[in-house]
Amino acid sequence: MNTRSFARSLMVLLVVLMVQFLSASTGHSDRVKEFDRSGRLVVVEKPANEMAAAYDIKNRPAEKVFPVPRPPFSEGIFPCTQCHKYMKPNPVQRTLTEYHTEIVLHHAEGQRWCTDCHNLVDRDKLRLVSGELIDFTESYRLCGQCHGDKFRDWKVGIHGKRTGNWNGDKQYLLCVHCHNPHDPKFKALKPLPPPVRPGTARH
Amino acid sequence: MSDTTKNEYIQHKSRRKFLKGLAAGVGLIAMPGKDASASVWEEFFQKHFRELSKDELKVVIGRLEKEYSKKFAKQVTVKTTPPIEGVLYGYGLDLSRCIGCRRCVYACVKENNQSRDPQIHWIRVLQLDKEKGVDLSHAEHYYNPEKVPEKGHFYMPVQCQQCEKPPCTKVCPVQATWKENDGIVVVDYNWCIGCRYCMAACPYGARHFNWGKPGLPVAEMNPVTHYLGNRPRPKGVVEKCTFCIQRTREQPGRYPACEEICPVGARKFGNLLDPNSEIRYLIENKRVFKLKDDLNTQPKFFYFYAT
Repeated sequence: MNTRSFARSLMVLLVVLMVQFLSASTGHSDRVKEFDRSGRLVVVEKPANEMAAAYDIKNRPAEKVFPVPRPPFSEGIFPCTQCHKYMKPNPVQRTLTEYHTEIVLHHAEGQRWCTDCHNLVDRDKLRLVSGELIDFTESYRLCGQCHGDKFRDWKVGIHGKRTGNWNGDKQYLLCVHCHNPHDPKFKALKPLPPPVRPGTARH
Repeated sequence: MSDTTKNEYIQHKSRRKFLKGLAAGVGLIAMPGKDASASVWEEFFQKHFRELSKDELKVVIGRLEKEYSKKFAKQVTVKTTPPIEGVLYGYGLDLSRCIGCRRCVYACVKENNQSRDPQIHWIRVLQLDKEKGVDLSHAEHYYNPEKVPEKGHFYMPVQCQQCEKPPCTKVCPVQATWKENDGIVVVDYNWCIGCRYCMAACPYGARHFNWGKPGLPVAEMNPVTHYLGNRPRPKGVVEKCTFCIQRTREQPGRYPACEEICPVGARKFGNLLDPNSEIRYLIENKRVFKLKDDLNTQPKFFYFYAT
């Protein structure tokens, strides 16, 4: 008697599961992800206008803003427009002879030129490859375009220095606080003195 | 009873008396003198830190603060902040970033009131060969080139690993050193007898002994101290890294001094029990190793490679 009622309830459960499974696999809701029989995700073709909307930068989730100290500008160099507003933007790649001659580009220099990162018209902005203009305080987004792995580590506090409180407010630094964007390799430092060898102390 | 045995008996008795008298005399000399201040007597009879009641602790702290403030001519505070509930401290050090500049060594000395002369460093930076890897038999810590990093080398700072199974606390004959609930291994400098067994037991060379009177310049003394951490130490006791207990046990708690100074951001610190902490992220996502893992000391100091 007991076993029979148990078997009956098991059957009911199976039927319910079957119905649910069938409805899930045949239902055509746009939001439901579809899987094949081995559990792999089946890519669903989307209409072109939907795809275009997904790639439009306006529809992307905004990048989280990290509070950072002022970028390490050279004395009196910012805002750039204080000089550049009197100049006609010149997009031609050339060797600079009048200004910024101290900048020696050593950062994939064969493939790069000032205006790949600096915006041509509004000089107080940086330019992402998407065309989006960003402030210098957000320059980590610019660096993150190529150095995605470092950017990911930086966001969680693994790459780069963090100060402040381990269980409270933390202070981030921009990439350019440690890496000169035009010559990013970290520069060697003079080490502080080694420890005193035992037996050589004055005692 | 013959005469000789009687004589021996008398002689023996008098020797015992002599020894008794000697012990009492030596004991008296070892006691603080009649003109010693009350604080010396109090220190002499002070109980173990963990056996002090709240009121007794207050008296002890008051005495120490008064003593240090007078000695260093500034207002010195001695905290006794207990561990924070639900916190287990962990440290991460990125070997692919460290350049061996020793900024951490001296930031630690400054923060934790180590003796300048005779010199005590809680952090030792090892220079290792890239070709040989983490092979301590080829480690060099007296390196002093014009610029670091040097070609073909990498650098590995070693300090207290805050073991989950610390061999040092096991061997202490008077239990003057123990592991706190937040994982920090601490020393009660007033209870330590200076036998240095813990130094012999530590496989990391992380404990240091005050062979001489600590030379701590008055002007450079950090007045924010913790009883179990950076308060001034007397001669003849062992000391060690405490993850800057006087900073990190606060809410909000600052990063340790070595983490804060590191110019390459190789040092990471956080709560191992918080799944969103930096330390948990690096353990879960990076290549991590523990120094001398085979000894089963279970360090809470994780060396990792972020690249």
